[in-house]
Amino acid sequence: MARGQTGAAGRRKANGAGEQPAQTGKTQSGKDELLKYYRDMLLIRRFEERAGQLYGMGLIGGFCHLYIGQEAIAVGVEAAKRPGDQIITGYRDHGHMLVSGMDPKEVMAELTGRAGGSSRGKGGSMHMFSTEAAFYGGHGIVGAQVPLGTGLALADSYRGDGKVSFTFFGDGAANQGQVYEAFNMAELWKLPVVYVIENNQYAMGTAIQRSSAETRLHKRGVSFNIPGEEVDGMDVLAVKAATEKAAAHARAGNGPFILEMKTYRYRGHSMSDPAKYRTREEVDEVRKTRDPIDHVEEMLEKNGWADEATLKAIDAEVKKIVADAAEFARTSPEPEPSELYTDVYTELPA
Amino acid sequence: MTDILMPALSPTMEEGTLAKWHVKVGDNVRSGDVIAEIETDKATMEVEAVDEGTVAEILVPEGTEEVKVNTPIARLGGEGGAAAAPAPAPKAEAAPPQSRAEASGDPERKPPEVDAKPRPEGEGAAPVTPKVALRDPELPAGVQLVKVTVRDALRDAMAEEMRRDADVFLMGEEVAQYQGAYKVSRGLLDEFGPKRVIDTPITEYGFAGLGVGAAMAGLKPVVEFMTFNFAMQAIDHIINSAAKTLYMSGGQIRSSIVFRGPNGAAARVGAQHSQDYAAWYGHVPGLKVVAPYDSADAKGLLKAAIRDPNPVVFLEHEMLYGQEFDVPEGVDWVVPIGKAKVRREGTGVTLVAYSRMVGFCLQAAEELAKEGIEAEVVDLRTIRPMDIETVVASVKKTNRLVTVEEGWGPMGVGAEIAAKVTELAFDYLDAPPMRVHQEDVPLPYAANLEALSMPSIERIVKAAKAVSYK
Repeated sequence: MARGQTGAAGRRKANGAGEQPAQTGKTQSGKDELLKYYRDMLLIRRFEERAGQLYGMGLIGGFCHLYIGQEAIAVGVEAAKRPGDQIITGYRDHGHMLVSGMDPKEVMAELTGRAGGSSRGKGGSMHMFSTEAAFYGGHGIVGAQVPLGTGLALADSYRGDGKVSFTFFGDGAANQGQVYEAFNMAELWKLPVVYVIENNQYAMGTAIQRSSAETRLHKRGVSFNIPGEEVDGMDVLAVKAATEKAAAHARAGNGPFILEMKTYRYRGHSMSDPAKYRTREEVDEVRKTRDPIDHVEEMLEKNGWADEATLKAIDAEVKKIVADAAEFARTSPEPEPSELYTDVYTELPA
Repeated sequence: MTDILMPALSPTMEEGTLAKWHVKVGDNVRSGDVIAEIETDKATMEVEAVDEGTVAEILVPEGTEEVKVNTPIARLGGEGGAAAAPAPAPKAEAAPPQSRAEASGDPERKPPEVDAKPRPEGEGAAPVTPKVALRDPELPAGVQLVKVTVRDALRDAMAEEMRRDADVFLMGEEVAQYQGAYKVSRGLLDEFGPKRVIDTPITEYGFAGLGVGAAMAGLKPVVEFMTFNFAMQAIDHIINSAAKTLYMSGGQIRSSIVFRGPNGAAARVGAQHSQDYAAWYGHVPGLKVVAPYDSADAKGLLKAAIRDPNPVVFLEHEMLYGQEFDVPEGVDWVVPIGKAKVRREGTGVTLVAYSRMVGFCLQAAEELAKEGIEAEVVDLRTIRPMDIETVVASVKKTNRLVTVEEGWGPMGVGAEIAAKVTELAFDYLDAPPMRVHQEDVPLPYAANLEALSMPSIERIVKAAKAVSYK
């Protein structure tokens, strides 16, 4: 198997407390949809593996937080989004950027700090944006994206444009005070925001049981009357179905919704984290039994929707995209020295 | 064939020990497989495979110490599968295996110098914008000047801009139904309704963040802090979210937002409610910082701040809210940010101040005039970007400088002005610049101690005489 060592055989089924995965049915649309999710998740994984490699080669500096293991969340939410809906997240952001339609070359070149990067090399791994893709970053202060994302929803509500803000944060950020300040205002003003908590069980090196008095994070909205739901974040269809429901709630003017995506990151918190706070066996177990990509592959195979040649062709396409992105990221020049002083202020119109 | 290189596992790692191999020659590896363990002085880390293939050769045996980053440590043979895309050749980094010794001597941490095309869209360096001479708008003939309090001038500025632009809205504690904690927003709820005049909970960090998020989405929020002392809870969003994002996004994400409210000491409210933040925000690139003195500037600069595409910190003063000054009536009065104003001309000494201290300086100038010293009073109006040219021009005339601020002295606004003037007009100075500021203590409550701590007209006069050697 391409990702887990033993494939999807022992895969845990969707979490009892969550929504059941959507029935895709044996339809052409179900097939195309699933193949697309497979491809998008694989792109994130291959991209991140390559980013890890470039980091190891010294081409990427500073902090670099990889999304490997959590791919089903970014892809599942994207599948439930409507055009124009906004996305904002913290610093584990490469996956969200790739699915939002940003060019992998620009994302990788930003990681290497080059002129071809999406922020022209001035942001780095944690600070990328695309107004075109309605991707609002890319934020390095844990939890700060939650009021910001709620502010995007305030703008949506102010304009009455029917958009929803998808505001992602982790189990670590869930303990920041500003998250609850935002929750309060979001429900008070019925803002169209879906809070997507990517609970990967570890806030850097601290397991959730060691940091949180209430570990069921979907309940964190109870004192604000915000509904919440636990979702199997390793199941792209479960993520999509839950997100559709939450988005409909928010879009209809009912205010925010909290989705707690139970997930797992395979790599350390950042590249320099040896992850000694958990065992190799724990990681292996998740990879073997819950891997989000293996899960889709299994569904494809079970339905007879993808033979080896189809999957190999997707693998090759993804490999090529990632290889091209890496090549671009290595060969794009460093920013001109004159870039040092641009973009500090927006110039006033003459 | 693909070389596997000794990876760097942290931003600072240059070499490490190859502690253990998990694979041997002939093993098949897939992306994500743990193939080796590496020890640095800080930690042991596992190395995962990125490329797929068969281990063809182990180049560095386990147990080898001081292996430089980017040294080839193993070679992978391809799978030979026809569907596999060509492996991306790490050209610049991959040293030929024969020259291992040389390769290990050079970690090649520097990005390779490559002739590559710049981005096609021509996003080269933006041309440096020529400096525009900023001046206050000309008053049309026959315009009436009317007495308006600073409080109402601020309100009028917001009302005019909200009428002009539907994207402008006001949010903050007690701004709507209560009509403003200091009555600055009086009447705005009636005219604009609760959608555009928003009462927030007491939650500075949160609502400042919401404001910045709404600004990123293209609205133009005016965020009122009941006082700037409470904005310290929100300073992360003012600096990290509002001021830095334009830069970090390569110019994509703007935050056209005004953070406003009273700043500095009121009267007998103690240390936590009496701080001047001009130097704090003045320190930060990406922010503009404005601190007006009279009603015309309060109105004209607030209108400019709301129109500005950048985040603006707008520092008002509670002790000025009730004071009346002339404001031109019936004109779209917009005063440019970044331009100081000479409030009193003189040749004896330059007094530089902002906000309430401008009034103190004008009174001190009257005292000084009685003793034969004609002071020139420069009202900075904007802290950042600072109009140092106007200050320097004045010093070149008077040869003496006294700065006055409510904030503490160390690393303060006066310190910055003194440094700049020393740099730009050293030969013109007939005396070392002097700074008048709050004493270097938290502001005391007791009336006598508070008075001793704050800048006063007497202290300004004393400083001006000192630099005049009188």
